[in-house]
Amino acid sequence: MIRDSLILASVLFALGLAGVLLRRNVVFVLMSIEVMLNAAGLAFIAAGARWQQADGQVMFIFILAMAAAEVAVGLALVLALFHHYKSLDADEASRMKG
Amino acid sequence: MHVVFYISAAIAVAATLLMLRQLNAVHALIYLVISLLAVAVVFYTLGAPFAAALEVIIYAGAIMVLFVFVVMLLNLGQAAIRFERKLLGKGSWICPAVLAAILIAELTWLLIEGVGPMYPPMTIGPVEVGAALFGPYMIGVELASMLLLAGLVGAYHIGRRERSGPEPADVSEEAHK
Repeated sequence: MIRDSLILASVLFALGLAGVLLRRNVVFVLMSIEVMLNAAGLAFIAAGARWQQADGQVMFIFILAMAAAEVAVGLALVLALFHHYKSLDADEASRMKG
Repeated sequence: MHVVFYISAAIAVAATLLMLRQLNAVHALIYLVISLLAVAVVFYTLGAPFAAALEVIIYAGAIMVLFVFVVMLLNLGQAAIRFERKLLGKGSWICPAVLAAILIAELTWLLIEGVGPMYPPMTIGPVEVGAALFGPYMIGVELASMLLLAGLVGAYHIGRRERSGPEPADVSEEAHK
């Protein structure tokens, strides 16, 4: 059963990675990153269930806290990008000059 | 129990796929919420009810609310009204509703039948998780709190608008003169 859980986690991770690579809309990129983080948490939970330890869920809680912080900063960046370029295209920011 | 696991896994993958091919951000958000709820059911079947509850409350609740706020802020004016009218059409909510209905049917079945997790010995409840979290992982909790504080300050700083008028530093300098 851990095999199936890990297959599910890797499929979800691959879908999130495909979303990051394929979509140009920054909001979609952020959502795909959420899917990838969620898949990582699923792998931790599956391993914790396999060995009957609470550590997997503890790591999931850390991933959750990290995702919350990441999404707050990421969405603030999306808003700043939108106000600056009037667009949500990630390629727009490539003409940003340091 | 195995059936519930596989159905939820299929729903998670299907909802994520549908999310990726949406053009509209709000439709994609609905599918993302469905995917997170399906993963929460998977957590429950794996014997992690506390993680399942956290997934629903924090991921599908709080984080998705942030996304909805930002999408709301970005969709302004006449386009938003047309979009709102289109949202009420059938095509956009039937499929997520069906997926969510399957999930809730699974959950009610689990609750009525009272089946345990797939791994026989026990579920790992909040008590064990809390004991581990505030025992050997105490330093991790502290680091997570620092990370959240840094995220809060960073989001506030990045989201702040530059004011067009003179800087407040000028005022204090004039007062000094």
